[in-house]
Amino acid sequence: MPDRDFTTISGTPVNELYTPADLGNGATAFDPAVELGEPGCFPYTRGIHPDMYRGRLWTMRQFSGFATPEETNRRYRYLLEQGQTGLSVAFDLPTLMGYDADHEMAAGEVGKCGVSISSLADMEALFDSIPLERISTSMTISSPAAMLWAMYLVAAEKQGARWENLSGTIQTDILKEYIAQKEYIYPPRPSMRLVVDTFEFGARHTPRFNTISISGYHIREAGATALQELAFTLRDGVEYVQWGIERGLDVDEFVPRLSFFFDAHNDFFEEIAKFRAARKIWAHVMRDRFGASSERTWKLRFHTQTAGCSLTAQQPRVNIVRTAIQALAAVLGGTQSLHTNALDEALALPTEETALLALRTQQVIAYESGVTDTADPLGGSYFLERLTLDLEKGCYDYFDRIDAMGGMIPAIERGFPMREIAEASYRYQQAVEKKEKIIIGVNAFQAEGEPVETLYIDHRVAEKQAGRLKQLRADRNNQQAEKALDDLARAADQGGNMMPSIVEAVRAYATLGEMCDTLKKVFGVYQEAAVT
Amino acid sequence: MSRPIRVLVAKPGLDGHDRGAKVIARALRDAGMEVIYTGLRQTPEMIVSAALQEDVDFIGLSILSGAHNAIVPRVMKLLKENSIEDVKVIVGGIVPDADIPSLKEQGVSAVFQPGTSMEEIVRFIREHA
Repeated sequence: MPDRDFTTISGTPVNELYTPADLGNGATAFDPAVELGEPGCFPYTRGIHPDMYRGRLWTMRQFSGFATPEETNRRYRYLLEQGQTGLSVAFDLPTLMGYDADHEMAAGEVGKCGVSISSLADMEALFDSIPLERISTSMTISSPAAMLWAMYLVAAEKQGARWENLSGTIQTDILKEYIAQKEYIYPPRPSMRLVVDTFEFGARHTPRFNTISISGYHIREAGATALQELAFTLRDGVEYVQWGIERGLDVDEFVPRLSFFFDAHNDFFEEIAKFRAARKIWAHVMRDRFGASSERTWKLRFHTQTAGCSLTAQQPRVNIVRTAIQALAAVLGGTQSLHTNALDEALALPTEETALLALRTQQVIAYESGVTDTADPLGGSYFLERLTLDLEKGCYDYFDRIDAMGGMIPAIERGFPMREIAEASYRYQQAVEKKEKIIIGVNAFQAEGEPVETLYIDHRVAEKQAGRLKQLRADRNNQQAEKALDDLARAADQGGNMMPSIVEAVRAYATLGEMCDTLKKVFGVYQEAAVT
Repeated sequence: MSRPIRVLVAKPGLDGHDRGAKVIARALRDAGMEVIYTGLRQTPEMIVSAALQEDVDFIGLSILSGAHNAIVPRVMKLLKENSIEDVKVIVGGIVPDADIPSLKEQGVSAVFQPGTSMEEIVRFIREHA
């Protein structure tokens, strides 16, 4: 074993001991009334509810999707029977990129990383016998978010649900796509217009639906530090709010429907501090920078997923332990909903058995550990409060740099966040190679692990989905579909809100690929300058 | 050796997870190799044409999406058609153990799964150049 390294996983030095002196003294002494407030009160450092999990536990929302809509539907029904309290859809790469399952670019990818959805017919099959008026659904999709959301709304309507009763979240976070996940289609500005179209449409028609989930998860997974995750995500949030205001929307009307999504990584206290700092910064930014006056606008609500990038293919069962620690950090950080990864996710999508074990991990924290009985149990810890203050300061420093560039879009165009992340991820990898950072089973305590059985998705899924599309194009009224697509092209060209035309195209069973291609003709496609 | 080893690092398919490809590109560069990174969403045709143009010794394919069984055979076939099958192909990413023998039969020199160190990849390339 090498000499022990006393920095967080993000590289921040940690002292041997923290005392009141670490929180300042005299005129700069830490004032809990200012820095923390009470739970449920500004600036919400200690949580957004006075009673936190006594009033209501977080939503147990396992991200899930694979193969055909029918197979994923069976998994959803199974998870709901096992006590899961919300759904979260993982789409495959062709869907994320706006390609139909039978497109040439979809070869080899259909149903692999998520479920394949090319049309309303697929969406109807996905939620067959699941009452959408009673369950909240999160959909992880950004570039074609408007199209998939429209499919969801129409599928729900066909079940007899009213839009105003639907609750859930659509990811819609295009900025993090340019920064980290890279599933973008159109250039930034028309993409942002589509995002604001969903805000505007949602504010009018779906008061209980989160029209965006501003995501740090993918930024972190791409190699960012905890601070970079926090800063880039919240600055993305600022960008969305600015665009909404420029459209003429009222902050106190649309911002309460913006939600966040963070990663829960290995470094326990740093993660808890990150969640607390996020709430505090957002409350201040909303009140002080944007002049929001509603408490609902000040409160940052977030979903958490344990860190996929922390999972190892070696000795995969050890991942259960990593996930449990990360999930505990999310709960102690006050998350509103949580996904716990399955032990086999460094290898494949989870099997039914490993997905169940992941859900059980959250249930143990919720019902057995006792940590849910009191709000923000770690509040006042000298170490945790110091970390929270430092992350807050670091975040405002990043804000200043990005503001000086003219905002997040110019920063993205010059590759700023991408370079920062690439630098951090290379530094971390070097630290792992030098064994300054230890990964059990990878650079320490290696052992021949017992292999685990994994889920395998074969090519028949693609054939089935292609066959279904062929049938759809034969059965639908093609004239009606074409007219709806023409209307969409006109709306895109003329600058109005595109959501109503997208909804009409979905009703006419226009496919995802057809809708996305229609917009490609108007907006063009984006190609990044690769940064290494 | 008269010139540095030249490596094309490529991201085929629709997947945008480029953390691994970027880290490897930088590690190979730090090890003294010349690295060309293609960027995202390259078709097999684009990759082989870049390999030809850049006169590389190795192609590193980074695939995390499970699309390797569709992509790798097309790359290998195009290398042969362009008579550059001496270019060695290595694959990195999430590839199940069960798929490795068939990739090797098609001529892939090595498959590096999650958790492989940068050092091991550098060593492999040096030894097989």
